[in-house]
Amino acid sequence: MIKDDKRRAMLEKVLKEHDYQESALLEILHRAQEIYGYLDKELLMDISGSLNLPPSHVYGVVTFYSFFKLKKSGEHVVTGCLGTACYVNEVEQILEAIEQEFDLKRGGSTADGKLSLLLTRCIGACAMAPNIVVDYEVIGKATKELVIQKIKQALGGVKAETS
Amino acid sequence: MSTNTVKLKIDGVDVTAAEGTTILKAAKDVGIIIPTLCSLEGLTAYGGCRLCLVEVSGTPKLFPACTTPIGPGMDVTTQSDKLKEYRKIAVQLLLAERTHICSVCVADDHCELQAMANQLGVDHVMFERNWSREEIDSTHDFLVIDRNRCILCTRCIRVCDQIEGVHTLDLKLRGKDSQVIMDLDEKWGNSCSCTSCRKCAKVCPVGAIYVEGEPIEHTKKRDVAEFIVERRNRK
Ligand code: SF4
Ligand code: SF4
Ligand code: FES
Repeated sequence: MIKDDKRRAMLEKVLKEHDYQESALLEILHRAQEIYGYLDKELLMDISGSLNLPPSHVYGVVTFYSFFKLKKSGEHVVTGCLGTACYVNEVEQILEAIEQEFDLKRGGSTADGKLSLLLTRCIGACAMAPNIVVDYEVIGKATKELVIQKIKQALGGVKAETS
Repeated sequence: MSTNTVKLKIDGVDVTAAEGTTILKAAKDVGIIIPTLCSLEGLTAYGGCRLCLVEVSGTPKLFPACTTPIGPGMDVTTQSDKLKEYRKIAVQLLLAERTHICSVCVADDHCELQAMANQLGVDHVMFERNWSREEIDSTHDFLVIDRNRCILCTRCIRVCDQIEGVHTLDLKLRGKDSQVIMDLDEKWGNSCSCTSCRKCAKVCPVGAIYVEGEPIEHTKKRDVAEFIVERRNRK
């Protein structure tokens, strides 16, 4: 995807703005993700070379923050909150149900690329735990049934309403 | 140029050492050995294993000796029932975190974690064990990493960066999901920066990195970093 000249030119501008300083790594990763949507290995190798940073260091930083994405997300994104409150309120069971229902694994997407299931640390809505975010809508006090219905709606399956 | 010195007490012994010296080093210089796992002479301090915790009078807080600099008038205790209890817990947590089965480990009898457990009298693990099942990477010509035995001490990462100078290794993710990686999380055999110097295998305190088919006592050479650093700084 680096070959895409327009986006590479945008990235070059960002790198230049920061004078190729290694201390700007986080900011550059942010902007690179805005430009490309996600950070694949080719792009990370490019950034590692531009900032003269070891690839393993760049990879370590990227994977430290759940904000950064290594893979292209599906058209629709479901995010499960793994904060303590959600965890004790059994968000795990909902995640498992989503994985089964839509045949995907957390951190990954469905084979057709329509749906991704991501995890995050805490979205700060603990009073409503467990929380699941479907695209941009936060579903508080989530249940398996409710979430699966919401996802089906998002995917365009109107028939979900009748259940 | 004279450096400022600091006077303090360690286990009742009067100690004078240069400002900025760590408690660990100041103690060692007067023959007091504080238990450690992540610390290694010749590498920068990391402060990850918490074996080296010591008491400092006047505060209930415990301090890691390997990263805490000495202060004037400090009164440090390196051995007490409380510290022993904490150290035993630290070892048990390490044992519980991944899959440590000494009887089938290459490093059996040459393992610093095992030795530490013996030294402290850890005879059981009171925490529920988290049997990790990470795939073993043996794609390198002769180096193998079994992350199920890794205690995340980062010695390998530091020796690779600070002594070999290539920074092939780093940590990905965080907390209990952390793993030692090569480059962009490649298989070791595909690493574009590893020079196969095997220093990581030499310093690994456990059986996580080893040389295929070589008796572990030949591989381990935990003073390699100190040896190189001392000599290369001589003008
Ligand atoms: S063999 Fe040497 S270069 Fe390769 S990872 Fe180990 S320490 Fe680094
Ligand atoms: S592989 Fe060995 S040296 Fe490296 S972090 Fe794990 S235990 Fe420490
Ligand atoms: S030796 Fe100090 S924290 Fe590991």
